[in-house]
Amino acid sequence: MAYSDKVVDHFTNPRNMGSFKKDEEGVGTGMVGAPECGDVMKLQIKVQNDTIVDAKFKTFGCGSAIASSSLATEWLKGKTVEEAQKIKNTDIVQELNLPPVKIHCSVLAEDAIKAALADYQKKADGAQTDAK
Amino acid sequence: MKLPIFLDNHSTTPMDPRVLETMLPYFVEKFGNAASRNHAFGWAAEEAVENARKQIAKLIKADPKEIVFTSGATESDNLAIKGVVEMYKEKGDHIITSSTEHRAVLDTVKVLEGKGKATATYLPVDKFGMVSPEDVRKAITEKTILISIMLANNEIGTINPVKEIGKIAKEKGILFHCDATQGVGKIPVDVQDMGIDLMSFSAHKMYGPKGVGALYVRKKNPRVRITAQMDGGGHERGMRSGTLPVPLIVGFGKACELCEQEMAKDTTRLVAMRDRLEASIMKNLEESYLNGHPANRLPGNLNISFAYVEGESLLMGMKDIALSSGSACTSATLEPSYVLRALGVGTDLAHSSIRFGLGRFNTDDEIDYTITKVIEIVTKLREMSPLYEMAKEGVDLKSVQWAAH
Repeated sequence: MAYSDKVVDHFTNPRNMGSFKKDEEGVGTGMVGAPECGDVMKLQIKVQNDTIVDAKFKTFGCGSAIASSSLATEWLKGKTVEEAQKIKNTDIVQELNLPPVKIHCSVLAEDAIKAALADYQKKADGAQTDAK
Repeated sequence: MKLPIFLDNHSTTPMDPRVLETMLPYFVEKFGNAASRNHAFGWAAEEAVENARKQIAKLIKADPKEIVFTSGATESDNLAIKGVVEMYKEKGDHIITSSTEHRAVLDTVKVLEGKGKATATYLPVDKFGMVSPEDVRKAITEKTILISIMLANNEIGTINPVKEIGKIAKEKGILFHCDATQGVGKIPVDVQDMGIDLMSFSAHKMYGPKGVGALYVRKKNPRVRITAQMDGGGHERGMRSGTLPVPLIVGFGKACELCEQEMAKDTTRLVAMRDRLEASIMKNLEESYLNGHPANRLPGNLNISFAYVEGESLLMGMKDIALSSGSACTSATLEPSYVLRALGVGTDLAHSSIRFGLGRFNTDDEIDYTITKVIEIVTKLREMSPLYEMAKEGVDLKSVQWAAH
């Protein structure tokens, strides 16, 4: 199977690869997938004033999974939390030109985004409750 | 050194130029049908075929009359198993095979089971991928008509105790079929000594052309009979009809002759390169695990799982080296290697496996290049792996509740 140029590019030069400290303020972490299934994605966002100012990923998986998460971090940066919710796996499929057998990689990336946002929200809500 | 490097010699091998040379006259000049008994064109073709039959038989210590030409090992496996099941149905219907056989054997047996024509026992293998002869013995019933166990595994290279299995088969009067596709030409094979009654093998795995293979069918002690699976002109003693592909057969013969002459030399070279590759990887990359038997395996085989990185991404990172992986992402079924699973390798490590297949034309420079690349890409992908990060932090990955998908 031949990979699209964009998948190769993200795989060779991954964007925003790395980690934030999980307990850092404004950081939301999403970890999805399972080693038994051959892919695990960790996606992190750093939010300030409702805007995602930075994002990072680490992925265990095939080239398309790595590219999907790398692309997701690129797209997340600069978006508001609300805008980030609207990123769909089909957008990733289209951008990376993923073949049908690799669609699950994009689904996993969308799940990772949702999980990171939910984690951020939970932490933010918790902080608010504490403040009261 | 030329890129890309071919290190996938279990899938196929490049044809030896000496093989091609012997084939060339049989396309245009000596194009006759080996079955044409009444003119010089036919005689020339027949002579070439019979010469090749001798070369092939010599390599496996058989009689030339015991060689039946087929299109390749898949057809040979089908012909052997279906042919025996049909021929000996009055005697019984039970087949003993193993869980790590090639799909050409497993799927053939499954189809026969599905049609109600056979029942089967799939023997487990030990952690090195080896079938136990005692397990074979215990699995035999009154209904057993065939034992089908491979010589050497195509993924992990493990060599089975075929001689012991052959002995048990003989003792019990059961036919023994051996899929020897990966072994013939690479390690010594002697159908007499090993007690093999039927044996499948193929030219393109031993530097010969694609599209031709053979089924060894024992002629005496016992005389094995199989029902043909294709009807037609009754070629190959009625066991496999169809005009013989003379150029391919001539190439097959030459490939066998070369393997016989150069086996010792090839083995010494391959083992030295393979062992160097293995030692360098193990020394430089922690948590790399050898799959298969540490000693009893094919000279050119090396199968390693690199914990925390996924196989397809490894292949992608080494795109100028042709390799294969047991990862689900590289298989048609989207399941990780059933061979590695049968050894008890965890699904996670099965996804992380790479098969290096060295062959006659690989060089020391290519191995050096591969060593550098493997270390580079595994290190890079581990940096990128959340699993590696967690393991480094001391998290027990087995205790994590993963959301399977």
